[in-house]
Amino acid sequence: MKLVLLWSDILFFLLIAATVAGAVVASRTEHLRQCWRRVGQSRVGMGAAAVLAVFFLIGAVDSLHFRPQLPDSPQGEPRYSAEVLSALDVLLTPLRTRTEKTYSAPLATHLYAKETLDDAGRDFPPLQYPGTHLFGTDKVGQDVLYLTLKSIRTGLLIGTLTTLIMLPAAVFLGLLAGYAGGWIDDVIQYLYTTLNSIPGVLLIAAAVLMMQVAIDNHPEWFATSAERADARLLALCAILGITSWTGLCRLLRGETLKLRELEYVQAARALGVSGTRILWRHILPNVMHIVMIAIVMDFSGLVLAEAVLSYVGIGVDPNTISFGTMINTARMELAREPMVWWSLAAAFAFMFVLVLAANLFADAMRDAFDPRMVDR
Amino acid sequence: MLAYLIRRLLYALPILIGVNVITFALFFIVNTPDDMARMQLGVKRVTPEAIEKWKSERGYDKPLFWNDSAAGADKLSDTIFFGKSVKMFALDFGRADDGRDIAREITLRMGPSLVVAMPVFALGLFAAITFALLLVYFRATYLDFAGVVLCVGMMSVSGLFYIIGGQWLVSKIWHLVPISGYAEGMTAAKFVILPVIVSVLAGIGSSARWYRTIFLEEYTRDYVRTARAKGLSERWVLFRHVLRNALIPILTGAVVVIPTLFMGSLLIEAFFGIPGLGSYTIDAINAQDFAVVRAMVFIGSALYIVGLLLTDISYTLVDPRIRLS
Repeated sequence: MKLVLLWSDILFFLLIAATVAGAVVASRTEHLRQCWRRVGQSRVGMGAAAVLAVFFLIGAVDSLHFRPQLPDSPQGEPRYSAEVLSALDVLLTPLRTRTEKTYSAPLATHLYAKETLDDAGRDFPPLQYPGTHLFGTDKVGQDVLYLTLKSIRTGLLIGTLTTLIMLPAAVFLGLLAGYAGGWIDDVIQYLYTTLNSIPGVLLIAAAVLMMQVAIDNHPEWFATSAERADARLLALCAILGITSWTGLCRLLRGETLKLRELEYVQAARALGVSGTRILWRHILPNVMHIVMIAIVMDFSGLVLAEAVLSYVGIGVDPNTISFGTMINTARMELAREPMVWWSLAAAFAFMFVLVLAANLFADAMRDAFDPRMVDR
Repeated sequence: MLAYLIRRLLYALPILIGVNVITFALFFIVNTPDDMARMQLGVKRVTPEAIEKWKSERGYDKPLFWNDSAAGADKLSDTIFFGKSVKMFALDFGRADDGRDIAREITLRMGPSLVVAMPVFALGLFAAITFALLLVYFRATYLDFAGVVLCVGMMSVSGLFYIIGGQWLVSKIWHLVPISGYAEGMTAAKFVILPVIVSVLAGIGSSARWYRTIFLEEYTRDYVRTARAKGLSERWVLFRHVLRNALIPILTGAVVVIPTLFMGSLLIEAFFGIPGLGSYTIDAINAQDFAVVRAMVFIGSALYIVGLLLTDISYTLVDPRIRLS
């Protein structure tokens, strides 16, 4: 087999590494340790964190991609399948390969629709793997549980990378605008007011349309369809990021304006510390709690937004398995007789658990890190 | 006041120009008109003649900024930038791919959008404030706790779930209202009622929770303590003092979306088949009708800027301490 490193994999593992590094730093600083202890004391917060950890573990395992060697390739010069698999696919091989002909209800023993059988007229044909599909199978007979587990990675990527891609720009511009003032402040304010005044969905729609044109006109950029889908996913993250960084930038600008006038910053300036150093050593650490709260607060909204955008047709690549594409393909199935409800139910249920855990964890984090909340 | 308004309007102009430049860059510089033509006509085996025809039909066969072949002032005006972007300020949006005039289409479709969006706005605000008030009245009891849990649960559910679930339950199982469609006049009510209820339900979780925080913050103020010390009943404090003061941030915050109500809601209109601007935009996105998407971006931004202006004015109306100057 041959390892495949997609861009989103690299970013996802970088994110996990950064989280670990951040945890190490936090454990050495007393006041950060105190904040995290407050998070740890919240039972709801820790429960939510455990659920999130499971989701992130699934996402991480699903980010180890490779191309399996073809069985009939000759010795010496191995040939690889065009299909990109992940470690999660290997773990879930039974789920992935046990496909049926078409729909079947959860844990059913027979297919959903009657068919003409060879011996005994029309009846429900038995499944090849009866009773093994916990959430049933979809239209082409794929296991729904497998699809939902694969959707998790897409949701996590959209929820985290979107904020992270624009984070450096938002922090840099926000601090700069607040600290420098004058015409720099005016220019940055103009920039984010302008971006902010374009309705988010429309800007996303316009940008995604243009990205589609670019990707469709340059098929030579991508070696496999997985790479193309990945590029589209990252581009979507970047576009979503552009529309959502303005809020954080404005918050940081306001906070920097406040911090700039405090005694310790004035003292540093009087001692002749340079502007960049003041920003880096004295202001940035004191606005980090805003950044962290923004990251966790945005996460759940972005996971929900992915589903909506994919439904509208401006989301992830239709071949990428995500909650949005699952809902999109499943929404007409409620009109069938008898109703096919299990794909929709599974997608909504997993999404609900993920978003609920994220919301609860975000609340616990905000309560612990927001200095205004501590006194109460 | 008038001078302030005029100045604010003048401030809005550079922002609109910025929006215009961004959309222009997005639509014509990131991808050339040739790319768009190839995409629309299908990537394989497109003759250069077909591309030229596609471009000239839409007026994309001109230079971007400067037309050397034209005479006089036409050097500037006979370009894509002037024809497609500058003319938007005169509300001239050109024609959609199906040949219809976009400006006319927009005026026709504003009505249905408003018929849905206005009740959603008013009812949503009212329901969220009432619910938040209820939670605050019973604050620090199990009822309050259960209410917050309900809010967090409701905001964790995808909006698509409310729509699909609502259509399935109310229309398919109970047969109360049609699944989708629209009619003029009073018959519109039966088509509009379900989308309105669904949107209000989908939005109430997050807004009620947010309003609750605003109310609670208001409770920590000194004037509340004074009112209590004076012997006023808890109910009187809540409705006469806290509610009135907390309404200021809530209402002024809501004003900004009023102009954008014209745009309708993409999802709701698409699902319920309401012929408003939201479904117009969705159709344009699916048909990759670039002219319509560009026009909608421009109008949306203009309406948002009007909303910001209205917000400023509403501050002075509700809070006598603020004077516009």
